[in-house]
Amino acid sequence: MKEPVGTTGLLFNEPLLWEKGKKGRSAFSLPRRDVEKHAVDEKLSGNGPDFPDLSEVDLVRHYIRLSQWNFSVDSGMYPLGSCTMKYNPKTNERQSAQPGFAQAHPLLPESLSQGVLKLMFELEQYLTEITGLDAATLQPAAGAHGELTGMLLFYVYLKSKGTPRSKILVPDTAHGTNPASASLCGYRSIPVKSNVRGVLSAQAVKELMDEDTAGIMVTNPNTLGLFEENIKAVSDIVHAKGGLVYCDGANMNAVMGIVNMGDLGVDVLHLNLHKTFSSPHGGGGPGAGPVCVGKHLEPFLPVPRVIKQKGKYILSEDFPESIGKVHAFYGNVGVMIRAYSYILSLGAEGLKKASQLAVLNAAYIKDNLKGTFHLPYNRPCMHECVFSDKFQEPYKVTTLDIVKRLMDYGFHPPTIYFPLVVPGAIMIEPTETESKEDIDLFIDALKAIAREARENPELLRAAPQKTKRRRLDETAAARKPCLRG
Amino acid sequence: MRYLPHTPEDVAAMLKAVEIDSLEGLFAHIPKDCRRKDALKIPQPLTEWELNDHIDTLAGSMAVSPQYKVFMGAGSYEHYIPSAVSFLLSRSEFVTAYTPYQPELSQGTLQAIYEYQTLATRLLGMEVANASQYDGASSLAEAMLMAIRVSRQKTVAVSRAVHPSYRRVLETYFEPTDLNIRELPYLSDGTTDLSSIEDMGDLGAVALQSPNFLGCIENIEALKQKLQNKKALLVVCFSEPLAYGLYKNPGQCGADIACGEGQSLGIPRSFGGPALGMFASKMKYVRNMPGRLVGQTTDLDGKRGHVLTLATREQHIRREKATSNICTNHSLCALAAAMYMAALGGSGFKELARLNYDKSEYLKTALVNAGFKLPFSRATFNEFVIEFPAGFKKTYQRLLKKKIVAGLPLAGFYPELKNHYLLCVTETMTREDMDTLVKEVSS
Repeated sequence: MKEPVGTTGLLFNEPLLWEKGKKGRSAFSLPRRDVEKHAVDEKLSGNGPDFPDLSEVDLVRHYIRLSQWNFSVDSGMYPLGSCTMKYNPKTNERQSAQPGFAQAHPLLPESLSQGVLKLMFELEQYLTEITGLDAATLQPAAGAHGELTGMLLFYVYLKSKGTPRSKILVPDTAHGTNPASASLCGYRSIPVKSNVRGVLSAQAVKELMDEDTAGIMVTNPNTLGLFEENIKAVSDIVHAKGGLVYCDGANMNAVMGIVNMGDLGVDVLHLNLHKTFSSPHGGGGPGAGPVCVGKHLEPFLPVPRVIKQKGKYILSEDFPESIGKVHAFYGNVGVMIRAYSYILSLGAEGLKKASQLAVLNAAYIKDNLKGTFHLPYNRPCMHECVFSDKFQEPYKVTTLDIVKRLMDYGFHPPTIYFPLVVPGAIMIEPTETESKEDIDLFIDALKAIAREARENPELLRAAPQKTKRRRLDETAAARKPCLRG
Repeated sequence: MRYLPHTPEDVAAMLKAVEIDSLEGLFAHIPKDCRRKDALKIPQPLTEWELNDHIDTLAGSMAVSPQYKVFMGAGSYEHYIPSAVSFLLSRSEFVTAYTPYQPELSQGTLQAIYEYQTLATRLLGMEVANASQYDGASSLAEAMLMAIRVSRQKTVAVSRAVHPSYRRVLETYFEPTDLNIRELPYLSDGTTDLSSIEDMGDLGAVALQSPNFLGCIENIEALKQKLQNKKALLVVCFSEPLAYGLYKNPGQCGADIACGEGQSLGIPRSFGGPALGMFASKMKYVRNMPGRLVGQTTDLDGKRGHVLTLATREQHIRREKATSNICTNHSLCALAAAMYMAALGGSGFKELARLNYDKSEYLKTALVNAGFKLPFSRATFNEFVIEFPAGFKKTYQRLLKKKIVAGLPLAGFYPELKNHYLLCVTETMTREDMDTLVKEVSS
């Protein structure tokens, strides 16, 4: 094995913001005052915030030092399952930072904002083409916000047909956001067990689907990295009872140009532009969660919608059946610009190639590690594969220990303990932007860790050792919350 | 493609290792009738050169400063962003990291968000702030849902002077529930009419925005008085938090929950998003709060560190019983706000707020002196409403041609406010810009 990428270097200690600075410093240049002072109503005036005063140098060193305590995609492989931590192209940052976009006021007259409206209109078209659905809204600000929008669409659509119904089917492999989003719309989640193959069976859905059930929320490929092979039969069952099929498109990166979600019977689907379409995660957002729908749900999409009229793009409120607004303005436009740039940079061929290589990378990892770690579903995988810590149990080493040790080798851990159907799950999604060499290093690291688990398990339990901080006491943090300084 | 590192030899070697003969073969296990038959109808890939040209054309068609003078706020404000803030915010280590679920590798993000939470509580005068929501509108909707959970009531009252878009989002969130929204009208001075509150039964929350959408500072303490013996929580919403550099903050006025939009704090307008949902409350309600929280703790060596905490409120643990469905939030925007607040410092924040106020008062006075009507007498911060004479629409259009956007016409939001315009002045407008505006609207 080559030398692991993880090493130690000189990092700096850095106090909390308010532990540095001195009254009277400033890192801000105020514009020259060109108006007189005007009296303020004293009854209404306050003392202003108690912020520390820092110089620009204080400020810059503070955040540069903090930044060095982070792992990021730009520093190394980040194989978080179902999170699609692919490389974030730098040209996208250039495009979204153009002053014409970055400084644009959202309530400008339409005649003065044609450029961004055209971009949004075209992005909707590309996303509907990629998903194989008919119409889209870009308003939702994140995946879960898209799910909420989708569930609201279920609600108003079914209400327009008579009753919104009260239940929703949610597979046991679903993301936690699914039942949480459904519950905001008053839907009670009915869990559906996946079968021995790790997917939904038509029979299981048939037994639960009734006329008081709004439909089903499927993730396809699911969080085990498996294609829901019975999806068409499942859709037929749901539709036959008057229900709708929701697809959580978090894993769309596996199937661009390969599967047409509309053909599978999907009625509503959300995408995560910060996963599949390469916009950065920003340490937890902002993302964007556009929702694509079939023709029959289009009248209910959020307003305003961008439409083209006599060669001009306008924002139309003229959709009387709409669920209303889900965002103060039109959604996360800055994120949309990045996704748009990504789609235009790759084109049809490139998008399909991205999905193919994402699947190839995952399959390669799965085949190379399946003797080393327990693979609960030994079947062809899509863009991610799920192992468990079962083989390491005899050495009293857990998934947590394994992935903490992985940090010392210079890799971000995979998603762990999810999906819930696999105890001690280790869910690996390499994405297409990792090269064979880096993936080989990752595989070597995990094999080395499996060896260490047998020979020196304490090394894993004490990991990580090379990070800025060692394992943190999360129990104490929750028991006595200290949420501000 | 420059983001796809695989050479044909790599692909061949990897396919051989997985014993599959082609890239297409990787999908052979997908039932045939589930596989896409046609190719994607997406344009041919653009080179970076072509993409730059294309984007420059689109962005070039937009009306922005310095070519345009846009006297428009209404929930999206033009403030100067210090170069240091933009520079620091572009650090890859912040931008390309995921949610800090693995704290040992995310201490940078975690400490920065802990600092954001702290600065947010200091700005808003509250005891605890979360790591962010999407925007002001979703913050208000989540605040009302939280107040309902705390108070166990069924009705909320919202001022008509709360941002109209926020109210619409609230309506959307409430549509599938059995909860009711009552609207509080505004008075002739531009503040909310609180006279009906006493008679409202079942009341779980009352929300005011201050400064409100009409620019006016609300009398929140009066509402606090009225709620003393009620279960209802006092929710204070905002779209321009810079105002709290000059005026009392929500906490000082007795707010139980403070929520709103933080775009003003160093975030570009970007045609309305991404922005920053700010969310804060009293500590006693923390377990009912939506969204992520960062807390302080120690590591195995006893050194100070930070982690995500109180996660049992959240969807990935609690699923359908979570306090919210939010997962991805607006972390990088919160970081921008923290950097901005730190760049200004307490002293700079107050000075900047005062400058916004003084400039806005300058324009307000000049317009009144020029004979235009100020319909609402209440104190304002950096936005105010002017009633222009009937037929002003034509003048407005003429000014657009001169690259001046003379405020936001209010008739679309408040049909009774015909010929009323909401004008905004921040530190980015000079005295000369304002003099030109006064001259043009008067001629």
